[in-house]
This record gives sequence, structure tokens and C-alpha cells, in this order.
Amino acid sequence: MLRYLIPIVYICEYLLSDMSISNVYQLFKTLEKDSILLSFKGLVTAELLSSILHIMESKLTHLQEDSKLKKKVFNVLVECLQNLYHHIDVHEDDIKEDIELLDKKSAVFMIARFGGSFYVRTGNYVENKDATKLMRRLDKINSLDKEELRLYYQEILGNGGRSGKGTAGLGMIDIARKSGNKLEYEFVQVTEDIKFFCLNVKID
Amino acid sequence: MENLLIEGSAKTPTVNFNSEAGVIELKGRSIPENSVEFYQPLNEWIELYAKSPKLETVVEIKLEYFNTSSSKCILDLFKKLESMNNSSTQVKVNWYFEEDDEDMEEAGEDYQAIIGLPFNMIEVDEI
Repeated sequence: MLRYLIPIVYICEYLLSDMSISNVYQLFKTLEKDSILLSFKGLVTAELLSSILHIMESKLTHLQEDSKLKKKVFNVLVECLQNLYHHIDVHEDDIKEDIELLDKKSAVFMIARFGGSFYVRTGNYVENKDATKLMRRLDKINSLDKEELRLYYQEILGNGGRSGKGTAGLGMIDIARKSGNKLEYEFVQVTEDIKFFCLNVKID
Repeated sequence: MENLLIEGSAKTPTVNFNSEAGVIELKGRSIPENSVEFYQPLNEWIELYAKSPKLETVVEIKLEYFNTSSSKCILDLFKKLESMNNSSTQVKVNWYFEEDDEDMEEAGEDYQAIIGLPFNMIEVDEI
């Protein structure tokens, strides 16, 4: 249970230190205005990932929506969350001891639904050199049409090696294929060496 | 040899590998974070089975969905099956997908494009 509390404690500390208490209402209104079904900021651990998927699966079941679309949304959710999870490449317990590292490895995740579309948004820190690689990959993916994406996926699946974490570099291609839209992204320079990677996936 | 039976979970498929029947079945969903770990015993079982397989081996894939981490492991599994095909057993793949589920249908076709095994695409109401 404790690991779910850490991010909450973290947010509360932030609210108490930098925001007046009425801003909780502001935060609530913002989440409502943006039609957020679920949002989270903190460390994406294996346990947290399971709970989010569990919550989202039951939320999706109750939504009056095409089952094909719901399946695509769940699929994209899994890939996005697992990307965030694999992003923590140090041991969970080591991070909890180190507040600075905890902040660095924290991510933000939200899922929204409006106008008949779903939006999965994620954000996490990346080093400059990884950002460059990621940007190249995303641009390549965005330059391909449906059929080309399919061939690219087959190419990477068939020939591509596996990264140490078993993600095989297929995640983003799969997200693009399932979403049927271009992957919207932005890198915000945070420090000289670090960027914040924002991804917005529209599924309809 | 012993059969391999693994009960499905929220993140892993039901595994039913039966050496007497020559049937290899995966059913449900496959979305574990570390799929390599999950698929290792499955690969080991197939290696052992390859030593004295049935004349015909039927691979039944009845997946609702799988993550990209699993897709590589499933490919490895198919590669093992491909290498035993024709020499000691005839391997056939039955790939099931739910009605109108183009994503799972395409996923089957992706493997079909990479792997030299006969694929039979089967549309069903519900997996």
C-alpha cells in the first residue's frame, strides 16, 4: 500500500508548500474541464501499473462505447504505462530512499475522453541523447502511413534485437498503429542535460 | 514428458501444452512487464517436445491481446516451432480473433509474414 501513498504524499507536500488550500478545488476543476478519467503523478511501479490497468479496465467496461475502441484504448494504455515503467531503470527501493532521484524518475500520466475520442497523455524526464533518439523514432513513425507502419512493425519484430528490458523498440510503433493518429509530442528543456518528454496519443 | 499447464491471470495467458495430443495452446491476454521471464518455461517445454513430437502439432493461439514485449517472445516461440516443422512433425497454427477485431487479425498476419508456418485465421464470436 505504501508505494501508492508516496506520490500522494508528494503531491500533498507540493500543494501545502506552494499552493493555497483552495487550489485543490482549482485542480479538481481543471481535471473536470479536461474530462480526465484518471490521472497520476509519481513513480510508475509494477504494482501501480497493475492497479491503474485494473481501474481503467472496469471504467472502460462501464462506458457506452464501441468495444473495438475500448480494446484499442486499453492496448495503448498498456504500452504507454509500460514505457513509463521501463523508464525507471533503477531498483524501486533505491529510489524511495532518494527524494531527488524519486523526482527525476517520476512521471505523469492521464487519460481523458471527450468528443468521442480518448486521449492518453504521458510525461517523463529524458536525457538529451535519449531525447534525440526518441525524436528520430517518433518522426519516422509519423512519416509512415498505415500500411508502411505495418511493414515497419514487421521489420523491427523480425530483425530487431531486444533491448535489455525486453521492450524490443516496438512500443511506439504499436501505439501509433492502434491509435490510428499521428503521435503528438514535445520536448521541454528542463536543464542543460535533461528534457521533459510529453506525449499525447489520440485514439478514435 | 509432462504437460505444461499454467492458469491465466490478469496479465498472463492460460497455457496448455499437451505432448500426448500434440496441442500447444495460449489463451487470454499477455501483457506482463517482463514477458521474457514468463515465456522462458514455455520455450524450454517446446525444446523438450521437439525431441519426440507427435506427427502433427497444432498451435492454438486464442489471444484477446498482447503487449509488444510479449510479441517478441511469441515470435521466438514460433521460430522454435518453425525449426521443428517438416523434419519430425507437421506444425499448423490456428490463429483465433474476435469478430471485427482487425488488430488481432492483423497481428496474426504479421506473424504469418515473418514465419514459414501454415496459418489458419479463424474468426470467432468471443475468445
